[in-house]
Amino acid sequence: MKQVFTRPKSLKQAVFHYCPGCGHSIVHRLICEVIDEMGIRGKTMGVPPAGCAVLAYNYFDVDMLEAPHGRGCAVATGLKRVLPDRVIFSYQGDGDLAAIGTAETFHAANRGENITVFFINNAVYGMTGGQMAPTTLLGQSTTTSPPGRNALLDGHPVKMSEILSHLDGTVYIERCAVNSPARILQTKRAIRKSFTYQIEGRGFTLLEVLSHCPTNWKMTPVESCKWVEETMTRHYPLGVIKDIPGAEKEKKDK
Amino acid sequence: MLIKSLFAGFGGQGVLMMGYSLAHAAMNEGYHTTYLPAYGAEVRGGTANCTVAISDEEIASPVASAPDYLVIMNTPSLYTFQNRAAQGGTIFLNSSIIDARPTRKEVGILEIPAGEIAEKMGDPRVANVVVLGAFIRKTGLISPGGYLKSLRKIMGERKKAIMEINRKAFAAGFDLFPEGS
Amino acid sequence: MNKILIQGNRVIGEAAIRAGCRFYAGYPITPQNELTEYMADNLRKAGGTFIQGESEIASVNMILGASAAGARVMTSSSSPGISLKQEGISSMAADELPGVIVNMMRGGPGLGNISPSQGDYFQATKGGGHGDYRVIVLAPASVQELADLTMDAFDLADEYRNPVMILADGMIGQMMEPVLFKTPKPRSYSEKFHLRGCGEGKSKFIRGLILDPLHEEEHNWKLHRKYKTIIAREPRHETFRTEDADFLVIAYGTAARVAKGAIKRARESGIRVGLLRPITLWPFPSDAVRSFAGKASKFLVFEMSTGQMLEDVQLALGNSEKIHFYGRPGGVVPAPVEVAKIIAQHA
Ligand SMILES: Cc1ncc(C[n+]2csc(CCOP(=O)(O)OP(=O)(O)O)c2C)c(N)n1
Ligand code: SF4
Repeated sequence: MKQVFTRPKSLKQAVFHYCPGCGHSIVHRLICEVIDEMGIRGKTMGVPPAGCAVLAYNYFDVDMLEAPHGRGCAVATGLKRVLPDRVIFSYQGDGDLAAIGTAETFHAANRGENITVFFINNAVYGMTGGQMAPTTLLGQSTTTSPPGRNALLDGHPVKMSEILSHLDGTVYIERCAVNSPARILQTKRAIRKSFTYQIEGRGFTLLEVLSHCPTNWKMTPVESCKWVEETMTRHYPLGVIKDIPGAEKEKKDK
Repeated sequence: MLIKSLFAGFGGQGVLMMGYSLAHAAMNEGYHTTYLPAYGAEVRGGTANCTVAISDEEIASPVASAPDYLVIMNTPSLYTFQNRAAQGGTIFLNSSIIDARPTRKEVGILEIPAGEIAEKMGDPRVANVVVLGAFIRKTGLISPGGYLKSLRKIMGERKKAIMEINRKAFAAGFDLFPEGS
Repeated sequence: MNKILIQGNRVIGEAAIRAGCRFYAGYPITPQNELTEYMADNLRKAGGTFIQGESEIASVNMILGASAAGARVMTSSSSPGISLKQEGISSMAADELPGVIVNMMRGGPGLGNISPSQGDYFQATKGGGHGDYRVIVLAPASVQELADLTMDAFDLADEYRNPVMILADGMIGQMMEPVLFKTPKPRSYSEKFHLRGCGEGKSKFIRGLILDPLHEEEHNWKLHRKYKTIIAREPRHETFRTEDADFLVIAYGTAARVAKGAIKRARESGIRVGLLRPITLWPFPSDAVRSFAGKASKFLVFEMSTGQMLEDVQLALGNSEKIHFYGRPGGVVPAPVEVAKIIAQHA
């Protein structure tokens, strides 16, 4: 019998601790599939965050170095500068990347660090129990915005990908989702592209993934997928935000 | 006297509410009491548990390493907690959905078909209060009247209809184990 | 007035609002999230300002600003977040700005875990951030005491124009117990310390930078005199069954609760043991500890750490073989039976 579906090699034999229907599990699997397909397991290293993905080292069968909350891009910078031929990725939630880690993220991007960042945007703080994140939508109710996020008091949902795209150090930024088979396949293509760019030495790549958190959204997994499609993508449109294919080459030509 | 009870099940079964209402009633009856829920990553994956201590003196630790009473609402909790029960303690089982039985020998076991009873009453959500009825009868920790008074306070005045079905659920559980059984 | 059954984290929020706190900034972290959430819901309803900062560094600097403007202020976090707040706490001490900082300690170092722990004693009591300063540290052991000390914390912060820290742990934060709120004192804090725009008057400034070493030295000595006053006036402690004790256990917070249970057991087997529970960790109740030097022949310091308060006890008593230590670091809360065994071993 031909096996058509199996566990990627670089995904450990472990049961995910994520809630049923959580987007993290899907993204983990996709990254591992790409690592396998590109044959880069031995030279890939990951930086997990503080957040629901804090135990990611239990799942990724590659070397992993956990960062303090928000400092993923700084820790990844340290790894990459010492080990420039490794493929380094940082894996971060929206609270991690867009609140406490804004400065580290912004400046790693601005320096054009040759790393890949997976930015999991689920519009809440998952791990700590569903508080408002910088990415929480206006009107969205969370445990620290009980009547719904109010722009006057709580500010606006941050579009990190768009903001970072204005920095000269960034070469490739795309926003994807994992709420349908087609979107999942597109996310996988984007993961491959960002790793490829990194291996080619082009500079900072970031993939934002709109991810569902049924637990804190208080929705079923199916409702969550629908909410991503109908509500989240309206504020966070999917697609390539920045792509400079020849960036590194141009630099060399000069 | 110092009695510790641990309530465990999955989220949505009202496990925390069982502990909270018991502690509330204990407070109103003049006891020292502590209520300690499991929190954070412990409760990822949909499980919930809490510990209530009731005493006539100051309570040293709200943690129960060997609870006198275990109230178990689902099968995984049975496996997780049965070994913790104190020697001579009692395990209350929601037997409607738990097929397994404790392997512990030196503890009492009370099977409460709470799910079925609640279902028959038309609201599966009150299974927890059925169990509490039986719990209060068997443990005698709190007077039934005192418990219902606390429940009414917690539910608030606006939820009269809900209180009514909860009162019935409590009575059904309470009557499961008549005096001396 | 009736007692209410309320959780430790939430009681801090309620007590703070009743005490007139009108500005809170915080950042989510377990095991203190319920306090942040309580403030999000209730402080705004009370007419105050709630801000979820983008980090702990931002949050503490927000309360620094609000305090200078004259508001009663509070921020809260747990161990890793408190490390980030040290910059702001040091600045508030330098600027002589009042404010309350809550640390619901969890297991460390690093990200550690979210279980109750007492590993931040040194950080809390020896300054924590850079520079020569101190923070008043209150260590409640019950939810009721959390309510009372929260109110006291605001008064102490105003009186000494210094940050005050409430140092508890995940267990006290998560636990519910019956509470009766006391009536808070009216605030007495001179408007002359407010920074609100000078109008037609003379302008003033608050600063942390004092370039001239002689001036900075003078400022350091001034702060030092203040700390001396605090050391003389504010130490607090509780004793339990010490009347006839020749064995003294010293423990604070959650560890002290556990120790009380252990002492009851040990007494049943005839050991004359009692407890001294520091309520202020800084200033440390050294005199109270020292007063047992002649009475007790053995001492046991019990902490949920590898031994930090131990050093303050050794300072008070002189390092001696009579002082024993028992510790459970990393987020472990031992049962009273376990500690009773340790007492029996040393008795
Ligand atoms: C300095 C510090 N502050 C706060 C925390 C608590 N904390 C852990 S994860 C997290 C945020 C989680 O949200 P997000 O980054 O959106 O990831 P998610 O859990 O949703 O995947 C926070 C605030 C911490 N670990 N360290
Ligand atoms: S809380 Fe949300 S983000 Fe975290 S594991 Fe559960 S579903 Fe995923």
